[in-house]
Amino acid sequence: MDQNSSHRLKRRGLKVLHLAGLFLAMLVICLPGLWIVLSSLRPTVEIMAKPPVWIPQDVSLDAYRAMFGGAGQGGIPIWEYFRNSLIISITSTAIALIVGMAGGYAFARYKFKGKSGIFLGFMLTRAVPGIALSLPLFMIFARVGIIDTHFAMILIYVALNVPFTIWLIDGFFRQVPKDLAEAAQIDGCTRWQAFWQVEFPLAGPGIASAGIFAFLTSWNEYALASQITRSVNSKTLPVGLLDYTSEFTIDWRGMCALAVVMIIPALTLTFIIQKHLVSGLTFGAVKG
Amino acid sequence: MAPVTLKKLVKSYGNVDVVHGIDLEVKDREFIALVGPSGCGKSTTLRMIAGLEDISGGVVEIGGKPVNDLPPRARNISMVFQSYALYPHMTVRENMGFSLKIGKVAQSEIDTRVNEAAAILDLDKYMDRRPSQLSGGQRQRVAMGRAIVRKPDVFLFDEPLSNLDAKLRTQVRTEIKRLHAKVQSTMIYVTHDQVEAMTLSDRIVIMRDGHIEQVGTPEEVFKRPATRFVAGFIGSPPMNLNEATVADGKLVFAGGQSLPLPIEFRGKVAAGDKVIFGLRPDDIYPTGHGLNSGEATDVHEMELPVSITEPLGNETLLFITMAQREWVSRMLNPRPMGAGEMVKFSFDLSQAHLFSPETGKTLRR
Repeated sequence: MDQNSSHRLKRRGLKVLHLAGLFLAMLVICLPGLWIVLSSLRPTVEIMAKPPVWIPQDVSLDAYRAMFGGAGQGGIPIWEYFRNSLIISITSTAIALIVGMAGGYAFARYKFKGKSGIFLGFMLTRAVPGIALSLPLFMIFARVGIIDTHFAMILIYVALNVPFTIWLIDGFFRQVPKDLAEAAQIDGCTRWQAFWQVEFPLAGPGIASAGIFAFLTSWNEYALASQITRSVNSKTLPVGLLDYTSEFTIDWRGMCALAVVMIIPALTLTFIIQKHLVSGLTFGAVKG
Repeated sequence: MAPVTLKKLVKSYGNVDVVHGIDLEVKDREFIALVGPSGCGKSTTLRMIAGLEDISGGVVEIGGKPVNDLPPRARNISMVFQSYALYPHMTVRENMGFSLKIGKVAQSEIDTRVNEAAAILDLDKYMDRRPSQLSGGQRQRVAMGRAIVRKPDVFLFDEPLSNLDAKLRTQVRTEIKRLHAKVQSTMIYVTHDQVEAMTLSDRIVIMRDGHIEQVGTPEEVFKRPATRFVAGFIGSPPMNLNEATVADGKLVFAGGQSLPLPIEFRGKVAAGDKVIFGLRPDDIYPTGHGLNSGEATDVHEMELPVSITEPLGNETLLFITMAQREWVSRMLNPRPMGAGEMVKFSFDLSQAHLFSPETGKTLRR
C-alpha cells in the first residue's frame, strides 16, 4: 500500500469517527425530547413499566383528545393557558427588546459616568436565582394587588430579560462600525433615521436572537409563575402542567402531551427566526 | 459656491486640547490637503467641518455662513471615509442613491444621477452587487460615487487611500484628481502621506500637534518650508537637517567640518548663532550628476567617502558621512559606484535652509 492510499484510509476512518461522535452527542440531546413525544402517545402502564418498554405497543392520541376536550372530560383549560402564555411572553419579549435595544445601543455607542458599574450591576442581577425572589415578589405583589394578573407576570419577565437583552444587543451594536451611522448622517439622515436605516438592519440578527432568548425564557419559566399565578386569569402553560398531578396520581401521559403542545410554538418560532439569523448578512462595509 | 472658513477653531477633550485655535480659509473649488503625522489633529479638524465632532471653540463657516450648530445633514457636504463606510445591506446602486432617497428626491432623478456617477467612476457593471462582493478599489470608487451623487458644496476625504495597496493607491489618486476637475467642488482632503498631499492639492496645510505649521502651494512648502518640521516632513527622502554654528562666513558642524555660509543668509545670522542647516538630497550630488548642474550659483564642492549606495534605476541614493552625521545625496544619471569610494560632491547652497533651533522657524526673512 502506498502512502497516498494509507492517508486516504486514515482520513476516511477519522471522518467515520467524527460522524459517530456527532451522532452520539445528538442522541443525548434529542432523546429526552423524543421520549416526551413517545410518552404522550402511550398509556401510563407502558410509561411506568420496568424494565422500560422501548418500542411503543399501544399508540393513541387519547391524551391530546382529552386535553382539548375541555375541563369536564379530564382535560385542562388549555386554551386559556395558551392565551395567557402568549400574551405574557409576547408582551414581555417586546418590551424587553425595546428596552434592550435602547440600553444596548447606549452601552455600545455612548460614554457616560458609571457605565461599567451599571453594566456589571445588570450582570449581577443574573446571578441571583429567580426563585429566591419569589417570596419578596409575592409579598409586594400581594400588597399592590396584582397577584394573578398578566401585568405582574409581564413585569417579572421584563425584569428577568432586560439585562440579558441589553448585554446581547450591546455586543451586536458594537460590531456595527460607527462610521456607518456617521456616513448616514452626512448623507442626510437624522440621528434617528441613521439608526433605523443603517444600524438597526445590521444589528437585526442579533436583536432577533435576543428576542428568541427572551421569548423562550418567558414561555418556559415555571418557578415564579407558579407562585404569582392562581387561576385561569393568568396561569401559563408550564404552570398548567401541574394540573395533571392530583393527590395520589400523576397523569404522565397528559403532562407529556401538554409538554409537546408547549414545545411546538417555541420550536416553530425559533425555526422561523433562525432562518433569518443566518440569512447571510455578509459584512463588507469596512475593510476586512 | 462654497468656501470654507475656520476661525480660531478649537477642539478639546476635557482639559486636553487637540486642536489649538486654527485659522484657515479654503477658497471655493479649491483642493486643500490637511497633512501631518498621526495625532496632529487633522482628522479631528475634518470631522468638525463635517459636524461629526462638537466644536469646542471658534467658528466653522461653509459658504460664508457659520455652521457650528448645524447637524451634518444640513451642511450639504459629502465625506469619503477611510473605511469606506458603505452600507453592507444595500447594493451599490442603493448605497449611491441613499442620500437622495433620504432627501425624498424623485426616483427617476435618483436613477439619472446614480447612473451619471456610475459612468464617471466606471461602476456600471457592479451596480447590483453588495459591498462585500467588491474589491477594495471598487469599494473606494463606490464611496466616491456616493459622495458625488449628492452634488455637495464641499467634499471631505478622510485618508481615503490608506487601505489600498500601493499600486491601486496611485491609480485612485489620479481618479480623485480627475474627479475634482470634473465636479469642480471645494475639496478638503486629510492624509498623512505627503506624496498624496503634494500631487493632489492646490494648497497644502501642514499640521502638527493641533497647530498649523504652514499653508502653501505644493511648490511653496517644498521650496520655502516655514519651519524645520515642514522641511523634514515634505519631500522624500527627507531633507538633511543638521545643527551648525555660524562662524565668520562659515557654518561649522560637529567635529569641526564646515560649509561656507549660503550667500542668501549672509547678514541674516551673526557669528556664534546656533542654526539648523537644511539641504535636500537633490541639492547634494556627485559633481555633474545633479538637477541644477551647471546653472547653480552658490555651489561648494567637497570630497567625501560614500558609505552606502541605493540604486533605484533612474537615480541612486548615496549615504555619505560628514560632520559625524549621515547625509543623503541623490545622484541623477547614476554611474556605478562602490561603498567607500571617495567622490567629489557639489553642495548647492542656493537651495539651503537655515532654521532657528529654538523656535524651529526659518531664518530666511
